[in-house]
Amino acid sequence: MARAPIVWRLGTVTEIIEETPHARTIALDAPDWPGHLAGQHVDVRLTAEDGYQAERSYSIASAPESTMLELTVERINDGEVSPYLTEDLRAGDQFELRGPIGGPFTWRVQDGGPLLLIAGGSGLVPLMAMLRHRAANGSDVDTRLLVSARSQADLLYRDELARLAQADGLEASYTLTRSRPEGWTGFDRRVDAPILTRVGPSPATAPLVFVCGPTPFVERVADRLVELGHRPQAIRTERFGPTGV
Amino acid sequence: MSPISRGFRGRPRRDVDPARIPPGQYTVNDFPVLSAGPTPRTPLDEWSFTIQGEVDRPVSWPWADFLALSSETITVDIHCVTKWSKLDTTWTGVSVDTLLEGIDTEAAYVTAWCDGGYTTNLPLDDVTGGRAWVAYRFGGDPLDPEHGGPARLLVPRLYLWKSAKWVRGLTLTLEDRPGFWEAAGYHNRGDPWAEQRYWSD
Ligand SMILES: Cc1cc2nc3c(=O)[nH]c(=O)nc-3n(C[C@H](O)[C@H](O)[C@H](O)COP(=O)(O)OP(=O)(O)OC[C@H]3O[C@@H](n4cnc5c(N)ncnc54)[C@H](O)[C@@H]3O)c2cc1C
Repeated sequence: MARAPIVWRLGTVTEIIEETPHARTIALDAPDWPGHLAGQHVDVRLTAEDGYQAERSYSIASAPESTMLELTVERINDGEVSPYLTEDLRAGDQFELRGPIGGPFTWRVQDGGPLLLIAGGSGLVPLMAMLRHRAANGSDVDTRLLVSARSQADLLYRDELARLAQADGLEASYTLTRSRPEGWTGFDRRVDAPILTRVGPSPATAPLVFVCGPTPFVERVADRLVELGHRPQAIRTERFGPTGV
Repeated sequence: MSPISRGFRGRPRRDVDPARIPPGQYTVNDFPVLSAGPTPRTPLDEWSFTIQGEVDRPVSWPWADFLALSSETITVDIHCVTKWSKLDTTWTGVSVDTLLEGIDTEAAYVTAWCDGGYTTNLPLDDVTGGRAWVAYRFGGDPLDPEHGGPARLLVPRLYLWKSAKWVRGLTLTLEDRPGFWEAAGYHNRGDPWAEQRYWSD
């Protein structure tokens, strides 16, 4: 892929989709979008009337094959940018964005597998782009997805993931760390070594591993994976949020 | 001119001098983390720091010898390409000038290399003349592995990816060789004041 210069473009919101009580997907029309790889992100720049600007990064949720560019933003209470994007933004609004950005945290079907995707909260967004890319290409590469969320209501893309998991080779597992609905059969605690072992695939099969989420989540999961024998070089991480200190 | 984002007011920080914040950055009080893989953990008795490449003889310091080198404590602002800036951070480490003392070289560039396989490239001018350190203490405490401990390069003048975490040595080179993020589309120099985030900036 020849590299297109990373320049600011004016995106127009075509649709806003309510994913969870706290998260919205923003579908954008971005003129002359150069295309992207699953896992990459964009920089978003908002400008206030007095000229004040704020920039943040958001992963691309849509597959490279999709005609729309989609971001999924989770509202951070008392955040500066995410409350605006999830609550004030309407179809027809415009904001600046540039990208695609990011190299190591990407996956293409020709990279093969097995694939182990581990998400904490909105860390699912770039992994969803990988799963959509996989589906768009009819790939049946052995893929394990592990999603950690606070509660069932916080799970992003639930219906679509259930649909995707009916196809060959994709196994989706969930762990709910704060509250669980009655009859919940998934995991019920923070990701630990026994969960990772259950989800697989075994380190012996040398999977490509992508871990994304808040910093403490990614740190913990990556440490456990290394302890279980996954090669550090095969573990790609993307850290979204604060350190929690 | 950027178009106005309808209804966006933002939350400019009034308690920080805007002249200290490079374009597109915002200040944080915590210390976020950017790295492409798991955090390496090298035992100190296996740790050493090496200067090699375009030098007559490579030099290497085991951990204890490295700590015995004359150190400096500095307070600087740091700027991460993921947009956060942290003001008035205090570090202790060895100036790269000290490490290069007595080394005769034709090199114009350095590649910093690290545990975990990470590399980053810099012009020699950006790491000499009091512009760079190999830091092993942060805010008075030993540097956390998460933030690059036991030791990281510290080049506060450039985006923080140039301040390579888990650094183990510098290779002096005649030519510029793009490192990990530089080869992945990030800017070759990474000056936050010129907002040099990506290769085409
Ligand atoms: C490469 C990259 C990709 C990203 N992709 C996405 C994405 O796809 N979807 C998405 O929703 N976000 C994503 N983020 C995070 C996003 O860039 C913002 O950090 C986030 O939206 C918060 O911005 P804010 O202005 O609302 O909060 P800020 O005003 O920046 O922060 C307000 C407070 O919230 C805390 N905070 C910031 N982020 C988090 C968090 N994640 N969890 C808990 N507390 C937090 C801050 O420490 C601060 O105390 C990504 C970040 C990076 C670096």
